[in-house]
Amino acid sequence: MSLAGTIARRTLLIGGVAIAGGVAFGTWRYTTPYANPLLSGLNKGEAALTPYVLITQDGITLITPRADMGQGAYHAQALLLAEELDVDLDQITADPGAPSAAYWNQALSAEAGDFLAPGDGVLNSMARTVADMGVKFMGLQITGGSTTVPDGFDKLRAAGASARETLKRAAAEETGLPVSDLTTRSGAVVLPDGTALPYTQLAARAATLDVVQDVPLRDPSQWRLIGKPTQRIDMVAKSTGTQTYGIDVSIPGMVHATVLLNPAQGGALGSYDTAPAFRIPGVQSVVEITGGLGIVADTTWHTFEGARAIEANWPASSMPATMADHWQALSDSFTSTAQDSRKRDDGDMETALTGEVIEAEYRAPYLAHAPLEPINAIVRVDEDTAEVWTGTQIPRFVQANIERITGIPADRVTVHVQMMGGSFGHRLEDEVVKQATEIARQMKGTPVKLTYAREADMMHDFPRQIAMGRMRGTVKDGHVESYDLGIAMPSVIASQMARQGQTVPGPDSQIVAGAWDQPFAIPHHRVTGYRAPDLAPLSSWRAVGASSNGFFYNAGLDELIHAAGADPLQERLRLCNDAVARRVLEAVADMSGWDGPRPAPGKGRGVALTYSFGVHCAEVVDVTDTADGIRLDRVWVAADVGTVVDPVNFETLVQGGVIFGLGHAMFGEITYENGIAQQDNFDSFPSLRLDQSPEIIVRGLENARTVKGIGEPPVPPAAPALAGAIFAATGTRLRDMPFSRAVTFA
Amino acid sequence: MQLSVNGTDHQLEVDPRMPLLWVLRDLLGYTGVKYGCGIAQCGACTVHIDGEAVRACQVPVGDAWGAVTTIEGLGQPDALHPVQAAWIEHQVAQCGYCQSGQIMQAAALLSETPAPTDADIDDAMSGNLCRCGTYPRIRAAIKTAAARLRDS
Repeated sequence: MSLAGTIARRTLLIGGVAIAGGVAFGTWRYTTPYANPLLSGLNKGEAALTPYVLITQDGITLITPRADMGQGAYHAQALLLAEELDVDLDQITADPGAPSAAYWNQALSAEAGDFLAPGDGVLNSMARTVADMGVKFMGLQITGGSTTVPDGFDKLRAAGASARETLKRAAAEETGLPVSDLTTRSGAVVLPDGTALPYTQLAARAATLDVVQDVPLRDPSQWRLIGKPTQRIDMVAKSTGTQTYGIDVSIPGMVHATVLLNPAQGGALGSYDTAPAFRIPGVQSVVEITGGLGIVADTTWHTFEGARAIEANWPASSMPATMADHWQALSDSFTSTAQDSRKRDDGDMETALTGEVIEAEYRAPYLAHAPLEPINAIVRVDEDTAEVWTGTQIPRFVQANIERITGIPADRVTVHVQMMGGSFGHRLEDEVVKQATEIARQMKGTPVKLTYAREADMMHDFPRQIAMGRMRGTVKDGHVESYDLGIAMPSVIASQMARQGQTVPGPDSQIVAGAWDQPFAIPHHRVTGYRAPDLAPLSSWRAVGASSNGFFYNAGLDELIHAAGADPLQERLRLCNDAVARRVLEAVADMSGWDGPRPAPGKGRGVALTYSFGVHCAEVVDVTDTADGIRLDRVWVAADVGTVVDPVNFETLVQGGVIFGLGHAMFGEITYENGIAQQDNFDSFPSLRLDQSPEIIVRGLENARTVKGIGEPPVPPAAPALAGAIFAATGTRLRDMPFSRAVTFA
Repeated sequence: MQLSVNGTDHQLEVDPRMPLLWVLRDLLGYTGVKYGCGIAQCGACTVHIDGEAVRACQVPVGDAWGAVTTIEGLGQPDALHPVQAAWIEHQVAQCGYCQSGQIMQAAALLSETPAPTDADIDDAMSGNLCRCGTYPRIRAAIKTAAARLRDS
């Protein structure tokens, strides 16, 4: 097919999915729409039955193209493949594989189509700009949005089933037995007499066959792995120091590098003196890169020392001078001209807002992603190829950006995606790859390992959005009668996509995510998004818009419920108009004994529910007001993801998400002065520690009709449930995060 | 200078001011020891010197006063230390990047305090940061490991 034809087909495909909500293509077909990337690298006797299963005489590799930043993506993908393929988890190797359009994220497409205005979604936009960008940006292989399991749930099981049935056909040819006499178990086709033919021995013949398509998926009652406790495939390596992360990779001939950037975000390179750096032993060179310098040395330590030694004068940033200016920009955005969306407008709000109107304002600060592994990348630029080793959620953007910098075509850029020591959205950015490429192209043939110092990682992070919420509302006869919530923030999506050369027309529904679509039937209810001007460059942070809006929405609702004299949980249940959400609320009521004896004096209990990423998640937090401050005692969480694929990992991710949400609400804040982040390490950007972490009790529900991911949904309800508990214990209403500005935590 | 790591003596020609962390990682290849903050705020680089848990980012290699044990020396996948076995049993790790340091800190705690209370665990472990929030499982795994070590 011609290139133009290919583009047209892919454009149509992306648009079609965005409209159809991801169901149009049903189960995965390995020949369409993208070529199987494994077929080009096969040796004789190897079979790549789908883009997800690679079998050789040596073993079975399951390709897990969604990146793993700690959420267990490799395990979840391997488990779904193994379920239908009939292999045991200790028989397989999981490999992220090479970036390929074949691994595009269908669930993210569906989410994107939903969260942006009709016809103006990011994917529609990307489809429209495809002629400019070339085909490399299509086939969005992105990990994010809690989509790994929803995206893979049918696709990976279908791939496993196709591979299994094809292997059975190969065994039938080998033995002359009918396929109907054959079964499969533990990586082998089993003959009626019990003889096991390992898949690895059938690979050569299977490679000559057409892949069996449209195999019916097994009934859930037959599942061996899904929904059962399994041991994550990375658990031994991660408990013995033998897991290799990007920062651990070593390539022969490699040099180390770090960056010294204009401390002001986005500032340019000014004048500098490198002479002091060369007094550090091991420093080899200092080269100019965008916005700063690259320091090359023999060890990571000497790159850090070299960077510290350099004296430079940095041009000023274009960012506002003070945080008061940032907040003023948000405050000034609650106008009709800055209105971005009004996706909810029930009843008659203007008429309802008469008499005694309750009003309040809420704030959420910038936050760093701060995964514990600082960002890093190894890049080698050769004459007409390049090779990259890095932990990334966007491998195909990485290829495209290296092409942009070096002119080397993206399909000649090999990306080795590495296990990531956390991300929380940080690795949806690839500045570190761009900078390593800028250094590496100045020393062709030499692998350059760029490691950020923690200080650079935190100061040059693209943070979580700053946001402001303003609520008004009324109560009547002991109930919430009207609730009007306005939210102002800059567009995270526009900021993020701009760094990838993309413009995003239309409203950004992340501005109202976790607020406009909550399952409550309030007689008069309105949610309006206001787009603030660009301030600090932003990036997606775990739960994105909902990370701030879940707090605003629940905190505002709590104020109204309190004014009505109602119970926070009972009133939410009374207002709830969604059966799945109701069960989630009832579950946390049951788990926490909400309707039992009221907490003793000095103790307090709060509740919140947020619908985000397609998941209803409710949390109840218990605190005690002690002489040393507020102590977090216990959290109960219920969430409905349709099907709990891995109950152990489900509990782990929920606990982690709650701690993430609580810790940042309590302590987290990035502030800028003249564009310079004032927090640069974990002393000035504190997190929740073990001694302050509460007990967390988790229940997974399965009433929702579709399968959803759980990486992000536990984050948004944590802050408002804590704020509600502190109000109940102390009478102090917290409206600004971090809460540590107003209260002390024990 | 000489440095003993996991029972192996290494002869090094190195600036004695270089932190032990970077000697272990960049010069000797013990990459199980992790860099997280460089200022003793996260504990990812925790190793043992003569059995005591220390932050390798804060020890100039010239000041290393005894034999160094890293996570690789504590136990291996086919010869697990009881703390590592408990970590696997409880499926503690998410991203896993902090867990080398957590495990080394916990092993040092249990060698000093075989039956730690919750308060002991709080005191010993709160210098080790986990951004994924695995604390409930860390606490449970330490209790399991303590019981196993007492039984054995």
